Amino acid sequence: MRTDVSKQNEKVKWQDLTPGCRIAGGGTSVAFHTGEWRVNTPVIDMEKCTQCLMCAAVCPDSSIPVIDKKRGDFDYDHCKGCGICAKVCPFHAIEMKEGGK
Amino acid sequence: MAIRERLSGNEAVATAMRQINPDVMAAFPITPSTEIPQYFSSYVANGKVDTVFVPVESEHSAMSAVIGAEAAGVRAITATSSCGMALMWELLYVASSSRLPLVMALVNRALSAPININCDHSDSMGARDAGWIQIYSENSQEAYDNMLMAYRIAEHKDVRLPVMICQDGFIISHGVENIVLLEDDIAKKFVGEYHPEEYLLNSKEPLAVGPYATAPYFMESRRAHAEALKHAKKVILDVADEFEKISGRKYGFFETYKTEDADYIMIVIGSAAGAGKDAVDILRNQGIKAGVLKIRMFRPFPAEQIAEAVKNAKVIACMDRAEGFNTNCGPIGSEVKSALYDAGIQMKVVNYVYGLGGRDVPVADLKTVFEDMVQIDKDGCTGETYRYLSVRE
Repeated sequence: MRTDVSKQNEKVKWQDLTPGCRIAGGGTSVAFHTGEWRVNTPVIDMEKCTQCLMCAAVCPDSSIPVIDKKRGDFDYDHCKGCGICAKVCPFHAIEMKEGGK
Repeated sequence: MAIRERLSGNEAVATAMRQINPDVMAAFPITPSTEIPQYFSSYVANGKVDTVFVPVESEHSAMSAVIGAEAAGVRAITATSSCGMALMWELLYVASSSRLPLVMALVNRALSAPININCDHSDSMGARDAGWIQIYSENSQEAYDNMLMAYRIAEHKDVRLPVMICQDGFIISHGVENIVLLEDDIAKKFVGEYHPEEYLLNSKEPLAVGPYATAPYFMESRRAHAEALKHAKKVILDVADEFEKISGRKYGFFETYKTEDADYIMIVIGSAAGAGKDAVDILRNQGIKAGVLKIRMFRPFPAEQIAEAVKNAKVIACMDRAEGFNTNCGPIGSEVKSALYDAGIQMKVVNYVYGLGGRDVPVADLKTVFEDMVQIDKDGCTGETYRYLSVRE
């Protein structure tokens, strides 16, 4: 029973669930917004950031996008707010603000 | 032409595995199942099979490896006993709930402590609610036959569940008996090739196996899993019918021995059924209507069919080779009483714990169980319903 992940939602009856909840398609974890779990939110001060990219290397969730050797703003759909990036930043450019937003 | 041989249970199961020729075997040695991967690895070394043998560092890894292989899209197999399966515990549920049709040869052995390497059913009975299909064998022949039927049941599209083929440690696993084997080509044709609809190594149709399921999904997942076990009942009978056509050997949910007119029926699993049948013959010669019902399929449990088979008896004795530690009954006692209640049958049931940790189960001891049943019938009351057989006190 191969079915699209969009058809596996909270209204699905047990009869229509895929065996073992397997999910057809690749890269479907992007659709799972783990950012909803966040209780503290990292905020970057781009003026202090030197683009050393230590933060991007340690992020456990690939929530710091790097394009052309430069990091951009956080991927807040997936950042769980663990705060590792703020801890490792040598320039104190990342501040953990209270709250998930 | 069938092949006449004399094999131990471990040799018989290893022979069935050679004929199945699975893609992956991962196993860690533990008495009394050690010989199964030992024989099988010699088949691998000698080119008798095409299997990739993974010599893992623990049973936790063995089960993980066969889960990974099955998810990748191939047939995978393992063998273990006792504490080995206990170490697999976490993964037993992952295998069944991920709906992976892998097969395990379990050689029943007591769980520690005190440490003991001999037979009882505490290992598999502890795993009875892990969502697997459990099939038990009385002798080497049944262990061989059950192993050949395992993948046909596991891989059926209405089932897709792992199967545990159980045999009694040492009593069956190391006892050499006469056995009739199928010829390789007939066995291979019966087992067939495995072509899963979906699998991880299919790059054209990517797939995720074993995702996180939040509360809105989890119960539906379990409900679907339970339904697969219901479907397994029909599939197990269908596969047995097909197996009978090529082997002449008939299998069902259970075997009945002289139960049709029996007043006293013993319900038992595994090798002790043989001694139980001998006890029945002795009692029948004395004019006592005794019978034995030997359970082959314990998961799913054939509740309605067992209730129907024993409904005319006066007293039944449920024989548990595992202590249930609930102070009331063992696993078989619990299941059978529940089956009788749902069928609206009120009858006298006595439950014995027997044969733990390799304690011998002679015919004479099982005869006393029937004599107890006769006494219960005469007295009109069961007395202590949860008893120990042949314990020093």
